[in-house]
Amino acid sequence: MSNECKVDGGRRRLIVATAAVGGVGAIAALVPFVSSMLPSERARAAGAPVEVDIGSLEAGQMITVEWRGRPVWIINRTTHMLESLPKLDSEMADPKSERNMQPEYCRNETRSIKPEIMVVVGICTHLGCSPSAKFKSGTEEGMDGGWLGGFLCPCHGSTFDFAGRVFKSKPAPDNLEVPKHMYLSDKRILIGEDKKGA
Amino acid sequence: MASNTNFEKYKSDGSLQGNLLEWFDARFPATSMWRGHLSEYYAPKNFNFWYFFGSLAMLVLVIQIVTGIFLVMHYKPDASLNENGIPVAFASVEYIMRDVNWGWLIRYMHSTGASAFFVVVYLHMFRGMLYGSYRQPRELIWVFGTLIFLCLMAEAFMGYLLPWGQMSFWGAQVIVNLFSAIPLIGEPLSLWIRGDFVVGDATLNRFFSFHVIAVPLVLLGLIAAHILALHEVGSNNPDGVEIKKRKDVHGNPLDGIPFHPYYTVKDIVGVVVFLMVFSIIVFFAPEGGGYFLEYNNFLPADPLKTPAHIAPVWYFTPYYSLLRAMVWPLFGIDAKFWGVVLMGAGVVILAFLPWLDRSPVKSIRYRGPIFKTLLTLFVISFVLLGFLGTKPPSYAFFGVIPGAPVAQFLTAYYFLFFLTMPWWSKIDKYKPEPDRVTM
Repeated sequence: MSNECKVDGGRRRLIVATAAVGGVGAIAALVPFVSSMLPSERARAAGAPVEVDIGSLEAGQMITVEWRGRPVWIINRTTHMLESLPKLDSEMADPKSERNMQPEYCRNETRSIKPEIMVVVGICTHLGCSPSAKFKSGTEEGMDGGWLGGFLCPCHGSTFDFAGRVFKSKPAPDNLEVPKHMYLSDKRILIGEDKKGA
Repeated sequence: MASNTNFEKYKSDGSLQGNLLEWFDARFPATSMWRGHLSEYYAPKNFNFWYFFGSLAMLVLVIQIVTGIFLVMHYKPDASLNENGIPVAFASVEYIMRDVNWGWLIRYMHSTGASAFFVVVYLHMFRGMLYGSYRQPRELIWVFGTLIFLCLMAEAFMGYLLPWGQMSFWGAQVIVNLFSAIPLIGEPLSLWIRGDFVVGDATLNRFFSFHVIAVPLVLLGLIAAHILALHEVGSNNPDGVEIKKRKDVHGNPLDGIPFHPYYTVKDIVGVVVFLMVFSIIVFFAPEGGGYFLEYNNFLPADPLKTPAHIAPVWYFTPYYSLLRAMVWPLFGIDAKFWGVVLMGAGVVILAFLPWLDRSPVKSIRYRGPIFKTLLTLFVISFVLLGFLGTKPPSYAFFGVIPGAPVAQFLTAYYFLFFLTMPWWSKIDKYKPEPDRVTM
């Protein structure tokens, strides 16, 4: 009464083939479940452009609007703020905005269409926190002495200048993203669309 | 475990002699399981204080499941705003706290239970390191335990999103974005996890689903595997010697005592003391000074504004420090990817402990000065990493010693402790192990 039996090669092959076909079926059955976790059609359709009136935005002020669930900052920069930008070029990770973090028409010194009006997504490129405004230069808002004003990400300490450019040797790898936008009139901005060019 | 089938008790007409228990035992291994896992499971007689935490972890698991069942009756995973402009999920937690009968107690038990879970699990893991409980033949118990720890972290992280407060939202935002640091697949992967382009309703609902059913199921399975593996090889003890080597005439370990009633009664003492401490926190300090429930989480989630200082709950902070320690890009990949790798490796490396430790003895009682020194430093650095993880990156000790380089140094120590273990555990001095356990 030995337990040893001869392996039937034909049957073994059939078993392997059956298991393989069954396995493929089981993996195929995963597709709907995995795919169901991707953004739904409704989530994809959301994200219409946002129209903003900047008529009452004084020089040196910033407003935050929500676009696609994210904060978009609109900053009316003073000449003082703009003057700080070229001084910081040597401290920036991407001073000339060479990486693809803005539309072509914002690939310039001020990263904007109009020099004074900055439109930028207020989400740190490190891990997605929203940086805080630290507009006052020097130590007044808890920054170090050489601070010329800009933004500090509270999560991991990345710093950005008034054009949303990231400082070197900080956790954030890239400049803040400039969204597509265009001017509907002198004081009205449409964020999320730029069909007219501009 | 002998198979205790009672076929011989059937009469020829198929009916059963004897009592109801025998009827049961003929159909289900009730008595044999009771014996195998409790009344005839022989545990070493020299268990000390450190051996409370396994059974306490089971107690906290029960507290979490029971309170969780009742919380789900009132909680609503819905990120849309109600008529007052407050997210429905956030408002439903406030509703539990204010309007549901005893809701505040059930919710505070659950939130305190989360922290208590990590307290007892960290102590339980440390016990393993003290007495070499992960060593051969208990490697699998330790590996299952590491997986339980990972599951527990996932469970706690996803549960923390549910109140939909500021810390919930921004904590999830940061951690989900960690995955986007992985080259190539990172962006699609984090999109898949969130289910939307930002952390939102889709994310809240799936985290709810994972938190209440998917992860707990896996957790229960792993705990069953952890205990079955333990009962297969038998418990280690503070002397790290195998009690199965010396058996009495009945084949039972000379230094073993039945788990029930001896250790069930001992564990009840632990349960009573634990529940006293637990109740004091639940009733008098449920927020744990901002460490168990962070103050910013009493504000509803605002996708437009990050709180001035975000930090994870205390039990994640040592690993959060590992994440933040990496600020240099390597091989052309962003520093944040390597931060994620360090954090993941910090947990995964634990699983390799059974193979990293080359000491001829298991217990710290018979190990040498190198182990004792390095383990002490390991505990200190783990606690300091945890402390620094609660602070902003600009933190400095006494305002002068910057925290960031200290965290980087401690991170290096954390990994070197494990990676150099095969070497230093071999050259260390040892005392001879006793033949039998000491009391």
